[in-house]
Amino acid sequence: MVAAAGIPVTDVPFVSIGGGIGSFVTVDYLRIAGVTTNRIAVLSNLDYPWQTYEYLTRVSQIPRPERIRSDSASRPDNIWGFPSYALAEAVTERTLAPLWQVLIEPMWADFYTPKAGRVFAALERESKRIGYTTMLVKGQVRMVRKRQGGGYFVILTPMVGSTPTKRLAYRAEFVHLAVGYPGLRYLPELQEFRTAHQDFHHVVSAYEEHEHIYEAARTKHLVVMLRGGGIVASRVLQRLMDDRAKHGLSTEIIHLFRTYISSAHGPNAWNRRKGAHGFAYQGFNYPKSVWGGQLKSEMRKLEGDQRAAKYKLMGGTNTPYRRRWQAQMKEGRESGWYRTLAGTVGEMRLEHGKIVSCVNTSQGMAEIAADFVIDCTGLEADIAEHRVLADLLAHSGGGRNPLGRLDVERSFELRGSASGPGVMYASGATTLGGYFPGVDTFLGLQVAAQEIADDLARRGFCARIGTFRSIRQWLRWARNKQP
Amino acid sequence: MLPTLGGRIQTRLVLLTVVGGVVTFIIGPLLPISAPLSVVYRNTFIILATVAVLGIGWECIYHFVMQWRWEKDWPTLFGLATGIPEGVVVWLLLRAGLIPGISGTVPIAAFVIDFGLVWLAVWLVANGPMRVPFIRWRFHGGRLV
Repeated sequence: MVAAAGIPVTDVPFVSIGGGIGSFVTVDYLRIAGVTTNRIAVLSNLDYPWQTYEYLTRVSQIPRPERIRSDSASRPDNIWGFPSYALAEAVTERTLAPLWQVLIEPMWADFYTPKAGRVFAALERESKRIGYTTMLVKGQVRMVRKRQGGGYFVILTPMVGSTPTKRLAYRAEFVHLAVGYPGLRYLPELQEFRTAHQDFHHVVSAYEEHEHIYEAARTKHLVVMLRGGGIVASRVLQRLMDDRAKHGLSTEIIHLFRTYISSAHGPNAWNRRKGAHGFAYQGFNYPKSVWGGQLKSEMRKLEGDQRAAKYKLMGGTNTPYRRRWQAQMKEGRESGWYRTLAGTVGEMRLEHGKIVSCVNTSQGMAEIAADFVIDCTGLEADIAEHRVLADLLAHSGGGRNPLGRLDVERSFELRGSASGPGVMYASGATTLGGYFPGVDTFLGLQVAAQEIADDLARRGFCARIGTFRSIRQWLRWARNKQP
Repeated sequence: MLPTLGGRIQTRLVLLTVVGGVVTFIIGPLLPISAPLSVVYRNTFIILATVAVLGIGWECIYHFVMQWRWEKDWPTLFGLATGIPEGVVVWLLLRAGLIPGISGTVPIAAFVIDFGLVWLAVWLVANGPMRVPFIRWRFHGGRLV
């Protein structure tokens, strides 16, 4: 039927959809497991795997020289995590400081985290090593459908002018979905304000370009309101505070938290997370042991409501405790230019060129006027906002997990989507709520990739990476030789 | 590696056996002990076995302590610093003559060098190179089987 519709069909046994870091890490595993480039296709509208990640980190105030929030051994370019980023930095920059930091973290130093630039450079090296571009097909994936004869058809709209037809079909036995975040969602009152006033300048999301705010702050006194208490709020706050100190500015910052954390919190002594001044503190997105320790092991056994409850316990917005930020915020609180408050916003209006937010606090209504509002809440859209996922939920048997995302098995096989011998896998943010919590992180993508590669090895698609292959392949990685 | 209790015990036993065994074998002739090499090896390997066996108990204690940490993690320094109490306990047992099979006496300098080097080697391997031959190890709480 597909061929009859004039759509050229290409046979590739493994197709990864997305082309971001999730696809890259999975393909990296498979290449190391002995799969040749002609047996893999990555369908994506991205030129390189870290393109979206780099854009998002840059606009949310982590340019290449700054450090991201990720562990030293979470290397998406190196499936072994050895040497760690800290060791690599120590060697290339001829300093013991990163190793010392790893040794004494987190008690006597902040967690070591790599610079964004180092992460991207290493990804570029690995990308060349595994021949990533030879597997990449640029275009927009439209849908994935089960084939009557087993396996799947993936329909792609290629880049304009790159092919004689407007559609291409890929016939695959295995499909991997790594489409990332379906999209951003704004706080409703911010969305209403933006729509009503057609103002996308004074009320912005931290994930949008908003350099104009920092530039404006250099030319006049500004009051900036921040919304949210996560890592992005911390980075934006740091940028405002850094600029204030560096250029001698008078910027005032009003930080509004929906949930204000004033102290350590949790149901009992062995489940208590640190917190203060509005923030919940945690080194990384999740408690560290979700990536391989006790929490990973516990979560793997939980189903339905029990799993959702455990997610709730370890969830909630949080940010790392960094000594530099603490010192800056303390100075701001003492000098009065950084103020925090807790509440929800009922209404926003424009008054004398200022954005007035009516905040419901525990002490009653407060009206806060600001020149700019930066939404750092990072709310995510529903998975059905993504065209391919919506189609999948409607037509290919995919279901939702207790948190409403894609329901995957422990092997990251998408439940209900098997097609004869064909299997569909999903990894990344769209699978949050499954048996493994840290899905939308570098290490989480590697955990998923390992499970997928092992499952594919059981099905005979590739070799299982055992001890000898692992050592041999690591040596090839170290010498920058093709897998 | 972020350990589970089973993973802790497996990792300890395997690393002490393999890495500890190799280090003990290499440093045996270099230790300041005035005894035939066969006696030195006998004593040092018995000490190594003692660290492994007592370690099962220690790991249960560490696991218990870890429950008070929100992240259920075990910082790098903890893995190194726990060598001090463990070494002291083994030394006290050695001095009290409670470790069976030891011939003669083991000088404290020899014990410190032996125990210290084995501990350091095991800790270094566990914090990096171990991930190369055992690619699933770190995601399985330190379990090897």
